[in-house]
Amino acid sequence: MSKRWVSIRRLQEFGMLGMNCRNVDFINRYNRRKDFPLVDNKLKTKLLAQEYAVPTPGLKFVVREQHEISHIEQQLTDIASFALKPAKGSGGKGILVVTGRQGDQFVRSSGALLDIADIRRHMSNILAGLYSLAGSADVVIIEDLIAFDDCFRGYSHEGVPDIRIIVFRGYPVMAMLRLATAASDGKANLHQGAVGVGLALDSGRCLQAAQFGRPIKLHPDTGCPLSDIRISGWREILLLASQCYDMTRLGYIGTDIVLDKFAGPQLLELNARPGLAIQITNGRGLLPRLRHIEHMSLNRRFRAEQRVDYAMQQFAEDGSAALSPMQDK
Amino acid sequence: MNQKWTFHAILILMALIGIGTAVVRHLSAGTPFLPGQEKSVWLVEARVDFDVTGGPISASLSLPDAQPPGFDLFDEQAASPGYGFTVLGEGSNRRAEWTKREAEGEQSLYYSAQLVESDSHGVSPAGAVFPSREYNNYWENAQELAAKEVLDLAREKSSTPLSLTRELIKLLNNPSSQNAGLLRSDTLSQAELLIHFLSRADIPARYAMGLYLEDARRRQILTPMVEIYTEQEWLLVNPKTGDVGVPSNLLLWHRGGVSVLDVSGGENSRVHFSMIRQTVPAAQLAQITKSDSIFSRLGVQRLPIEEQSMFKLLLLLPLGAAVVVFMRVIIGLKTSGTFMPVLIALAFLQTSLVEGLISFVLIVAAGLALRGYLSRLNLLLVSRIAALIVLVIFMISAFSIIGYQLGYSAGMAITFFPMIIIAWTIERMSILWEEDGPSEVLTQGGGSLLVAVIAYLLMQMPLFVHLTFNFPELNLVLLASILAMGQYTGYKLSELWRFRAMDDL
Repeated sequence: MSKRWVSIRRLQEFGMLGMNCRNVDFINRYNRRKDFPLVDNKLKTKLLAQEYAVPTPGLKFVVREQHEISHIEQQLTDIASFALKPAKGSGGKGILVVTGRQGDQFVRSSGALLDIADIRRHMSNILAGLYSLAGSADVVIIEDLIAFDDCFRGYSHEGVPDIRIIVFRGYPVMAMLRLATAASDGKANLHQGAVGVGLALDSGRCLQAAQFGRPIKLHPDTGCPLSDIRISGWREILLLASQCYDMTRLGYIGTDIVLDKFAGPQLLELNARPGLAIQITNGRGLLPRLRHIEHMSLNRRFRAEQRVDYAMQQFAEDGSAALSPMQDK
Repeated sequence: MNQKWTFHAILILMALIGIGTAVVRHLSAGTPFLPGQEKSVWLVEARVDFDVTGGPISASLSLPDAQPPGFDLFDEQAASPGYGFTVLGEGSNRRAEWTKREAEGEQSLYYSAQLVESDSHGVSPAGAVFPSREYNNYWENAQELAAKEVLDLAREKSSTPLSLTRELIKLLNNPSSQNAGLLRSDTLSQAELLIHFLSRADIPARYAMGLYLEDARRRQILTPMVEIYTEQEWLLVNPKTGDVGVPSNLLLWHRGGVSVLDVSGGENSRVHFSMIRQTVPAAQLAQITKSDSIFSRLGVQRLPIEEQSMFKLLLLLPLGAAVVVFMRVIIGLKTSGTFMPVLIALAFLQTSLVEGLISFVLIVAAGLALRGYLSRLNLLLVSRIAALIVLVIFMISAFSIIGYQLGYSAGMAITFFPMIIIAWTIERMSILWEEDGPSEVLTQGGGSLLVAVIAYLLMQMPLFVHLTFNFPELNLVLLASILAMGQYTGYKLSELWRFRAMDDL
């Protein structure tokens, strides 16, 4: 690490998308305010996805009022494992994953044990709006736990690896795989220390990987080489992501997709303000691809399949470019 | 593209209007752009409130001399709709009189004076009027004895009327003296007590009321003082401390005479004062009061002083807001709560930087510790924050009391912080701590404080205080720059660091 800062000129060469540019030129321009609740509220996203036959983890039940918490035990009795989330949470905050039972206690994904009282307090906090964006009242979602696909064995610490795909006007433009680490405490958020693996848009194979904004080669906890990663069923995943545009009409979104061992790709959640770190994991900026789609005359009759095919072809990585994307134009 | 051009044109137009108006104001009203070229002028406003009981109303308020020590009375006005107003008397007996045949409900009468600081010592013409001796039957037997003892003790240790006065004050202030304790009472102020003593000792003394001038203060009251007549002049003595002479920030409002305020036809009457320090050249002062130019009418200076003091702070807020926008959009600093830093900076303006910083960090740190316990109590969010507000207030009281006992009046400064904001800050920080670790708390907390300090440093600069208050239209320039930054799509400074890995890939 010779240089500690990067010049504006270099960033422009890479076509890096900055926060201000993202907010003004893409989020404000392509995302209508009234559509935001569809993605900010996971419950709405889930119901909408069911309407459009987009697969999502099954919804067990919803807790809407504080008084329902007192008899939550009966509702939880038949459920061995579940994920408990605030509907309006952001950044993975407030998500509680229970993988099983031990007597009266619940086992967290980290192995920690929880009492029913802990669960109640957590639900109460969620309802009061502790995790919601503006501190407004919220609801608790209890949904099926993902049985994560064997292809990620050895690549994740506790948490479920998920695939983040940026979809611009219905076209997938960039993808990465997010792997939880011990540093990220089982969470798949890059700023908390998860590993981001850039994925080639045409094949779903690893381009390069980064943690805390620095390039890495091996998973920090398991030592597995990240460059071996290749996601199977890639086109199907891109299709799922692309459909989210038809579903929400939001022009610029991040889709979070998980692979379930049995049910295949599932839409976990959508994000109307997807982060910028994906560019570091891909070793390239988003801007050229976004501008390409922006200036293209859009064929409104294009369906998700055609959009995905176009993106896979247009944004394909040829072998050399994938290895050294910073070569001069 | 076209849209963008229009937007920029509007911004430039807005900035030009702001600057243009300021220039025209400068040329027509003579308000200088720099604060240094000015004389400081105090605008003091007395507000008399009372409830009407019925019948014709007459209110009479004692006024300062035409040349009170340390000041020149430049101009005075009264604003009281429907009242007849006259100034009666001369010298130290000047009184304002408001009259009206009938009125209903609560009444507010305003008198405002503009005083220029001057070197004049304003020695009042030696008032040959000696106070009447009415002390005779004032004290009960036991008190009479005590008074005699105190007076004798003071006489022993003094040689002149002035030194006797000083000794008396010292004795009366002595908390362990039984005699002094016997004489002190709730109904009698120290000043009155002192006058009783002085008239016993045949030293001509009279009552005075002074007003401590501090910039942008509201709802102030008069401080009782004592004047003694010695060596052919009246000397002002502070009955609490024994200091002699008129402090430079004290305006002698009322000297000798009867009472400060008389109201007939009303009850529950009271008077309080607001004041503001303006930096206007004396030449312009005349214009403000006499000219009817559009600028003097549209200036903030035309508002009652109570409102002016508020505007002085309010007009600084756009500057703080612009700093926040700049730090977040261009620099990319993380702050907890968007405009929390501006509120902290405002609080710093009232305290002072170092005191404010220390007390803020102390409160938030102590609050975080308490919040750690609250989180184990399994409370609902709303009641947890409410509990935190109560605890924050307790802590502030505790800090103030401890600070005061240790001799730091800085402890009191804490009360200027907005409690609710502090409680929320503590709550947010605490959650941040649990979820993202202490480093994130330090980043965001430090970021907020840094922005607050920068905003404070700008907001306290005399130049900006002067410009925003005297040229409110310059805030249009700030607005234009805020809007321009709202359209900035370039990289933040922090992103040059964040994306540094791009160079190594």
